[in-house]
Amino acid sequence: MRDVAVIGVGCTTFGEKWDTSFRDLFVEAGALALEDAGVSGEQIGAMYVGNMSAGRFIEQEHIGALIADYAGLASTHIPSTRVEAACASGGLSFRQAFISVASGLEDIVVAAGVEKMTDVASGASVDALAGAADREWEGFVGATFPGLYAMIAHEYMSRYPLTREQLAQVAVKNHYNGARNPIAQFQQEISLETVLKSTLVADPLRLFDCSPITDGAAAVVLAPLDLARKFTDTPVRVLASAQASDTIALHDRRDISTLDATVAAGRRAFAMAGITPKEIDLVEVHDCFTIAEICAIEDLGFCRKGEAGRLTEEGVTALDGDLPVNTSGGLKACGHPVGATGIKQVCEVVMQLRGQAGKRQVDGARIGMTHNVGGTGATVAVHIMGV
Amino acid sequence: MSSVARFWRKIPQRYNLIGTRCTTCGRYFFPPRSFCPDCRRAGKIVSYKFPGTGTVVTYTIIRTASEQFEQMTPYALAIVKLDEGPLFTAQLVCSPEEARIGMRVRPVFRRISADGESGVIHYGTKYVPEE
Ligand SMILES: [Zn+2]
Repeated sequence: MRDVAVIGVGCTTFGEKWDTSFRDLFVEAGALALEDAGVSGEQIGAMYVGNMSAGRFIEQEHIGALIADYAGLASTHIPSTRVEAACASGGLSFRQAFISVASGLEDIVVAAGVEKMTDVASGASVDALAGAADREWEGFVGATFPGLYAMIAHEYMSRYPLTREQLAQVAVKNHYNGARNPIAQFQQEISLETVLKSTLVADPLRLFDCSPITDGAAAVVLAPLDLARKFTDTPVRVLASAQASDTIALHDRRDISTLDATVAAGRRAFAMAGITPKEIDLVEVHDCFTIAEICAIEDLGFCRKGEAGRLTEEGVTALDGDLPVNTSGGLKACGHPVGATGIKQVCEVVMQLRGQAGKRQVDGARIGMTHNVGGTGATVAVHIMGV
Repeated sequence: MSSVARFWRKIPQRYNLIGTRCTTCGRYFFPPRSFCPDCRRAGKIVSYKFPGTGTVVTYTIIRTASEQFEQMTPYALAIVKLDEGPLFTAQLVCSPEEARIGMRVRPVFRRISADGESGVIHYGTKYVPEE
């Protein structure tokens, strides 16, 4: 297996982009990534694109070919493949690109992610997202996505010491970081009171515990490490790529408030990189809901079960803490264009490791991690990158 | 929502809580499985009708729902552990204040949702407090 590096990243701004189409989004992200890598279209050997539900959101399938076409690459006939694993589609797209380069099959490969969610009414998008869980045995009885994570939160809070205020602090922290990220959907800091007084969506989760509906796209360019220096002075090495699965329905898990797929993917990633959680300088975790960030910090092995609420309250996971979590603003404040999220996480870690993260830069960051979850934990992708 | 046949197919299971049981290891399945995750190909699966009593493991009150459930909000949704062991997701028929973890519940047959476009009404099992 060859060593692989990320040589270019690009991301659109995230938000409700009424004037931008699905095609506009990925063309913009792709062009930014190729520009950043100094790579031309003819040099690309293959493309992977993470997308959850273009069929439901814009009534368009066959996204792989569409993207290659509108990226101006139809005449090169490159293989272009859509990857789908609900909210983990981006993470899996990155992993497929990594495997393609590591195997020696291709040299320059693009991993992208895109989702256009605001072309349908909000009820329709809630229903489309419910397809990430078990349609026949969860969605059929009225389970929504926030509802399933709310049930994780209730179960967690009945067993471990987590206060409503500590949960709200996750959102406050991520909005603080988002306010320092030019691409973030939400650019304002918020107070604990804002979260605690926001509308209940699914008890105990309130509106400000939930990630928003977002349009956006992200793309990265991968190359073998020994070729990477031809394109960039700051290649970022992929130290580990791991993926795990679990039961599709939350009710079938071994433990309702532990994501075993996160535990498995995390362990595999640390083993592959040959490092321990202590060596991670920053991590982008999948905070689709505030409770999800609490579970992720614990399930990845950064602390014991039941401790993440206190660590959040003490500022350990803040931008200036020992383990900055979600410096991009996370899904909560940066936004969550489902299929693009996993790639945006890679973009953020790469920018941090290159020292290009501006007002949210973590000083001296050398090793970063991404954690991308599909559904309520049926698929998890974890990557570790370093310079 | 998708085709009517897709949900009719599951009517016997949904209406009567008919799941399955692996006679090799004794594990019960609801929702039903035709392949035992513990015994895999060595497992022998038979049909099993659950009496349906169980305990609430966790719950939430859904206040924002998808289109077919919008008119029913707020409603309580729970993960129920059946006395034979399997867990599954169901609505509770009780007030939001009444729902709690550890509550004993029993099944009742109720309307689950109405599909506005097709006019189809879906039925299934909901849960009420046992007392
Ligand atoms: Zn068995």
